[in-house]
Amino acid sequence: MKKGSGVAILQIAKRELNAYFVSPIAYVSAAVFLAVFGAMFALILYFSREATLRYVFDHGVALLFFVLITQVITMRLLADESRQGTLELLLTAPVRDWEIVLGKYLAALALLALMLVLAGYFAVVLLLIGNPDVGPMLTGYLGYFLLGAALLAVGEFASSVTESQLVAALLGLGITLMLWLLGAAAEIVGGAVGEFLAYLPIFDHAWDMLRGIVDTKNVIYLVSVVAVFLFMTTRVLESKRWA
Amino acid sequence: MIRVEGLSKEYGRTRALSDVSFHVKRGEIVGFLGPNGAGKTTTMRILTGYIPPTEGTAEVGGDDVVEHSLEVRRRVGYLPETVPLYREMRVREYLDFCGALRGVEDRPAAVARVIEACSLGDVRDRIIGRLSKGYRQRVGLAQALVHSPELLVLDEPTIGLDPRQIRGVRELIRDLAGEHTVLLSTHILPEVTELCQRVLIIDKGRIVAEDTPDRLQAGLQGPQKVRVQLARPGDGALDALHGLAGVADVEALAADRLVVTLDGETDGRAAVAEALVRGGWGLLELQSVSVSLEDVFVQLTTDEAPEGVATPEEAVA
Repeated sequence: MKKGSGVAILQIAKRELNAYFVSPIAYVSAAVFLAVFGAMFALILYFSREATLRYVFDHGVALLFFVLITQVITMRLLADESRQGTLELLLTAPVRDWEIVLGKYLAALALLALMLVLAGYFAVVLLLIGNPDVGPMLTGYLGYFLLGAALLAVGEFASSVTESQLVAALLGLGITLMLWLLGAAAEIVGGAVGEFLAYLPIFDHAWDMLRGIVDTKNVIYLVSVVAVFLFMTTRVLESKRWA
Repeated sequence: MIRVEGLSKEYGRTRALSDVSFHVKRGEIVGFLGPNGAGKTTTMRILTGYIPPTEGTAEVGGDDVVEHSLEVRRRVGYLPETVPLYREMRVREYLDFCGALRGVEDRPAAVARVIEACSLGDVRDRIIGRLSKGYRQRVGLAQALVHSPELLVLDEPTIGLDPRQIRGVRELIRDLAGEHTVLLSTHILPEVTELCQRVLIIDKGRIVAEDTPDRLQAGLQGPQKVRVQLARPGDGALDALHGLAGVADVEALAADRLVVTLDGETDGRAAVAEALVRGGWGLLELQSVSVSLEDVFVQLTTDEAPEGVATPEEAVA
């Protein structure tokens, strides 16, 4: 990496993060996220009487809602730059395309991390009122962070192919759910193709972590999803120059 | 500073530029003139490293825009036609970000310098989305200047501004001359006459003329012509004028309107007027037909020449 490229990435990330906080997106996403997860946490705790976060974390509704939140966070990243014409500013600055993609991604990731830190109060509450198993709680948060990291990369990709934020959010949601459904169809197809399909659902690779087991294979998978989608986003950005 | 050779650009099947070549020397202010869709923006986008050409080469400061894109981009300040502003940012913040992107070392000083140069002092802490169009355009200009680029590329810098704002932006551009090389596009003719040392006229993706504004005007002027209007048109008028000394040609636009081409050796206008009055045709009007840069532009970019003006072929010859 040449000297200076790190600076550009950080500058882009910083601007993006500021933009999150001057618009309502950051506050509303964080507030809605904490409200919904908080309510689920409270209800599940009331009925189960178990000091664990597992039932919240691997709840289908929670996961689906989490996908939505991540797509809302990323929907404006590149779509809005295209629409406002500021992409021309970035693409004519002495900055490489991947630095733009990475800078923006890091801003979204920072916002997600902040939301998960705020959601750390679930763990604090459990520690205060009960005697929870700390390990699975930590891997649960890690699972959400890595799952979120993958979903944000999908979201940035979706945001790169359109000028409309709404289209970007829907597209990201669609990609994620289609990957999941293709995985579900793996059994029908069978054979090598089936094995490949079974590998696709992003959720499946977070599952174990949400239940307390960290498998390097899953971590590598989720990080690869990030790499693949950021790479594709960069290619889309490059292709805009040829359009 | 700029060296463009045989540049072509195709978008799918549409050819936006074909075989464009031109050079711009350091410190020059060059105007890029042409109707909408002529290829001005495309050329500028290639020069600023936004899009690559389909064929041909372009160099800025000795570096190829494709091979050494990042070096070129560092050297160029660019104001696109749609000013690329982050509406939620404050002016100073935005300029600081633009400086950071381009690796400016002493950013506070650079930002203060362009705020001063573009008279943005009053709005430096305002949110860009709430600024007037004139201020936004100036912020766009400040953005293009913040890293003291060698080459400034301005795409329609005064579009959508009111006359007072236009004057302000033009003064600003004129002040920049010398320090920076400027390539600016416009379809407003006075802008070119006022600002530029040289004009490139582009139409349908080709450069159709290249010269100083004065020479373009003079070159197309051709022989002096006068237009006359008669109160009582008659057949004899044409022949009477033909016979006059100093008159090279007469043609009738309508029965009562004639265009008289003078040979230019003597001022034949008095003779023409006298002959018409004495012949009883009644002279209502006698007007010199001068070619403005606007006529030059229209001639070069449309197939029909306006009435009474030399066609491009005879003018250029």
